[in-house]
Amino acid sequence: MKRINLFCGHYGSGKTNIAVNFAFALKRQGKQVAVADLDIVNPYFRSKDSETELAEAGIELIALPFANSNVDLPSLPSNVYGLVQRKDRYVIMDIGGDDRGAYALGRFAPYIREENDFDLFYVVNFYRPLTQTAQDALEVMREIEAAAGLHFTGIVNNSNLGAETTPADVVVTFGKTEELCDLCGLSLAFTSVDERIAEDVVCKKVFPLHLQKKIY
Amino acid sequence: MAEKVLMKGNEAIAEAAIRAGCLHYFGYPITPQTELAAYMAKRMPKIGGVFLQAESEIAAINMVYGVAGTGKRVMTSSSSPGVSLKQEGISYIAGADLPALIVNVQRGGPGLGSIQPSQSDYFQATKGGGHGDYHLIVLTPSSVQEMADLTALAFDLADKYRMPAMLLADGTMGQMMEPVSLPEPSCHTVDKPWAVTGTKMQRPHNIINSLYLQPEELEQTNLARYERYKEVEANETRWEEYLMDDAEIAVVAFGIAARVSRNAVNAARKEGIKAGLIRPITIWPFPKAPIAAAADKVKAFISVELSMGQMIEDVKLASECKKPVSLVSRCGGIIPSPDQVLDAIRKSAGGNE
Repeated sequence: MKRINLFCGHYGSGKTNIAVNFAFALKRQGKQVAVADLDIVNPYFRSKDSETELAEAGIELIALPFANSNVDLPSLPSNVYGLVQRKDRYVIMDIGGDDRGAYALGRFAPYIREENDFDLFYVVNFYRPLTQTAQDALEVMREIEAAAGLHFTGIVNNSNLGAETTPADVVVTFGKTEELCDLCGLSLAFTSVDERIAEDVVCKKVFPLHLQKKIY
Repeated sequence: MAEKVLMKGNEAIAEAAIRAGCLHYFGYPITPQTELAAYMAKRMPKIGGVFLQAESEIAAINMVYGVAGTGKRVMTSSSSPGVSLKQEGISYIAGADLPALIVNVQRGGPGLGSIQPSQSDYFQATKGGGHGDYHLIVLTPSSVQEMADLTALAFDLADKYRMPAMLLADGTMGQMMEPVSLPEPSCHTVDKPWAVTGTKMQRPHNIINSLYLQPEELEQTNLARYERYKEVEANETRWEEYLMDDAEIAVVAFGIAARVSRNAVNAARKEGIKAGLIRPITIWPFPKAPIAAAADKVKAFISVELSMGQMIEDVKLASECKKPVSLVSRCGGIIPSPDQVLDAIRKSAGGNE
């Protein structure tokens, strides 16, 4: 387990849900954990939505004071520097989508490279229209790497169709995931699956996701 | 139906528009509809289409006016303040009897307001918005699937009746992700003899204009247009009814408010309260008939809106105030909760017993 865990991907690929669940998983192992919401792209649905649950679990959340407000500013919380440099805890960073979101990470890339104790996960959902093939997913991956100034270290397959996802929908994407792994030379870190169907997805590294409840 | 993909509402509109044969997009970025423009920017160059980020919303709508005059399918999209800027152009397009699609992914207002979801442009969309006597066909999606389906329908209706159509969504509909079966690509086949496509020296000039030098001529044009509007009202009014057969309380809501209301109706039914939902899909033309019919059966109406209460006026008109109509609303970018709607249902059910 690396100290800094970064989640990047095409926007809407599921980074936020994975980052938040990953934080809870580390906390359950008794680790000191902090989550940084570095999403400078998405105005809605972000890790700050889980503020209360994170606080209750004793997980530190670093987010813009005006995330989820009406301030539409692509700026970063100043205390992210602290997270990168204070090495007494595990850090999870939820990065905004695509290359546009990954520029936010570029700011910290020199420090992260220097410490060299990080994983940069590429989150892919093969049901997203612009990453439906391994080749298209690879294209987005390279754009993100160029913007972030860091190379990916692992793949997270988060293929899903929202609330309608069946185990078969997930299983059918294993081939594309393998193809992507072959194309980029990285291995699959885990397959993240909605906890309600996770048991029925048979593969080695399933990471069950607890998703936020919706009122509509 | 095609294979499903997981899309944001904004993306679904963009892809559905492309599949409906729209190869011309003009816009200016604004939260919370930016993904629509971003998707167009990525896709249009790959398929020989035009994506142009104009210098302003006003420029964008006038580019739409120009392309619409050639008979090509064309669209623009924005969010509330940006749509206000487009109103002059929309009036000109309506005055020139041209089909086009305008998308409004609403945010809280007035003024610069907020970036969070809202439905407070109901008046603007249905009661004019711009100057002069005109209407837009206004469609209100309530799921990401409908974002796609109603986009395709909007282009067809706009062509059929030679008038601009509007897709009125809100920030949540634009941002939320759901599985979608995208419509198969269609090539539109409506004959457009009025289009400015070059005379080839074989026909008189077509003129696209909204200026009439003789008042009588303008009056006749307006009268003829309103005859067409009557056809739209007769043929194209759309709505959905949920548990209305034996309903005593009729909740009326569209878009995201309808989703919250549906949950509240289900919760009320569990408590033994006979609640139902009328969901307008077009808000112009407004579904007057089901509301008039319900007015003779139900005890009360509840209009659920993300505004200070705008659609409630149409509910009162359509029901001819035969039954009390109350309002459940949040504004400023906040969505009413199912509990808030449920409380209102309980109150209406109890208050009349």
